[in-house]
Amino acid sequence: MKSEHNSRSPRKVQDNLTIALFLAPAFALFLVFLVYPIFRSLYYSLFNWNGLGPAVDFVGLDNFRQIVTDKIFLTAVGNGILIVVLSLAIQLPFSLALSIMVGRDLPGRAFFRTIFFMPYVLSEVITAIIWMGLFSPDSSQGLINALLILIPGVQPQTFLSDPNQVMACVFVVLTWKYFGLHMLLYMAGLQSIPREIEEAALIDGANTWQMIRNITIPLLSGTIRTTIYLSVLGSLTQFNLVWIMTKGGPVNASEVMATYMYRFGFVRFQLGYGSAVALVMLLICLAFSIAYLRLARQPDYLGGM
Amino acid sequence: METAQYHRSSAKRKNLPRFFQYFILSIITVIIIAPIVVLIFGSLKTTGEMYASPYTIPNPPHWENYGQILLQSSFWTLMRNSLVVMVSATAGVLATCSLAAFVFSRMQFRGKELAFNFLTLGLMFPITVAIMPVYLVIRDIHLSNTLLAVILVQTAFGVSGNILILRGFFLSVPRELQDAASIDGCSSFGFFWRILIPLARPALSAVGALTMIVSWNDLLTPLVILDSDKLWTLPLGTMQYQGQYSSDVSLVAAFVTLSAIPAIIFYLFAERQIVAGLTAGALKG
Repeated sequence: MKSEHNSRSPRKVQDNLTIALFLAPAFALFLVFLVYPIFRSLYYSLFNWNGLGPAVDFVGLDNFRQIVTDKIFLTAVGNGILIVVLSLAIQLPFSLALSIMVGRDLPGRAFFRTIFFMPYVLSEVITAIIWMGLFSPDSSQGLINALLILIPGVQPQTFLSDPNQVMACVFVVLTWKYFGLHMLLYMAGLQSIPREIEEAALIDGANTWQMIRNITIPLLSGTIRTTIYLSVLGSLTQFNLVWIMTKGGPVNASEVMATYMYRFGFVRFQLGYGSAVALVMLLICLAFSIAYLRLARQPDYLGGM
Repeated sequence: METAQYHRSSAKRKNLPRFFQYFILSIITVIIIAPIVVLIFGSLKTTGEMYASPYTIPNPPHWENYGQILLQSSFWTLMRNSLVVMVSATAGVLATCSLAAFVFSRMQFRGKELAFNFLTLGLMFPITVAIMPVYLVIRDIHLSNTLLAVILVQTAFGVSGNILILRGFFLSVPRELQDAASIDGCSSFGFFWRILIPLARPALSAVGALTMIVSWNDLLTPLVILDSDKLWTLPLGTMQYQGQYSSDVSLVAAFVTLSAIPAIIFYLFAERQIVAGLTAGALKG
């Protein structure tokens, strides 16, 4: 018995070797491409550096000071928050309503799931190019304007080139692409709710709405929290769709944090400043994640079943 | 008797809402499909026809756009690069994550919780946030402008989520199986390789399918790492093509359709695995 716990028993040595070897690739990749880069950026963010030669122009926290006072960055943060709010207020409830509508046994359920989830599988590049066409200001080219002018008295809109409309357009595209993901997760969550609970409520005289409100949604709360997390993090770090459709324009009206970082880091090649922006984004995501972990650890109603 | 009664009345009650349900779901189906149909119609017209009648069924269809693109070697280069990156990153994720998930689900050692929490930290920041730092390191180690760098970065960012998914699955394999194998003289690695991996095939294919989609669609990693158009992947090439030929609307439509086809075919075949991967990842996370 004693020898089994002895760390020098051949079995134990072999196990320790297995542990070390098996974890090595994951740790190596993680350290080299995730942890180390962040510390490297922390260093560069203190310099004014264009990437040519070593970083020598030490500026301390000036980059960070400049970021938080730059009106364009604040616009970018505002737009990020706007997307978060719209997603939570419109996109998620919409997906939830649809998933309840499709339910567990609607004939054709699998068909609708396949169709609704398809945009998620298309790349953001494809999605962006398709929607740039649909949003074309020329009604002979853009389907949306072609439909709009059928309504008497409505003029063609400029959509992506109108600073007042561009964020709404971005949100429409985001919803088109991502509501299927949330719907899918809700459908999976619904699958795990025992049917008997809902049937019991109906037999007890609850109407459908009461059942959804008092039984289904509370039982889905775990899934709902997950989708909120994914949605917020995704909204705050949105890049591809915005960059391809508008490059953050017109006049920075659709700038988000990631496009702002890309513009400084990779277009203007101010690597020090870009690093600082990346770190600010990182901090915002981290703060959100920690707040989420603190706040969202509520009892999971299905946990005990 | 009573239940039969209940079922009959609820079936009757359902008829009107059913119609309403299908009505709404159909409208949304149209909204999802219409943009894709407009794209495909456009790709089968000449650009002149496209301006004259953009939304009609192409009659007769013009396949010239497709011919023109498929005859360009650059299109096939994009396709090949995307395939190389996708296959390598997926293999990398599967190997790395199943090894680590095995340790976290089956072995005991000091600091296990800590190591696991550390490796899943990656869930807190998507690649967009870390791309600038990652780019600096890729430059430092002289891997800029290589497919290898793209593969390694994609693999690294797949680590956190997929370890979580696979660990969950491995934990559901009964403990007794390992004990029995151990009594029969099977080493830890033997158990992993000969018993756990074959059993975990559904989970591995879910992780694989999901990683393939993510890699195939990734724009940001290749965008910052690859300069040479000989190395571009499909999303990157599609974006550049759109910029270059933006006046030739129908040609761009054909290019976009061609680059969408592999993803859609793959989706229709692997929908079950992709869905399983996503739900396992999101609901366990």
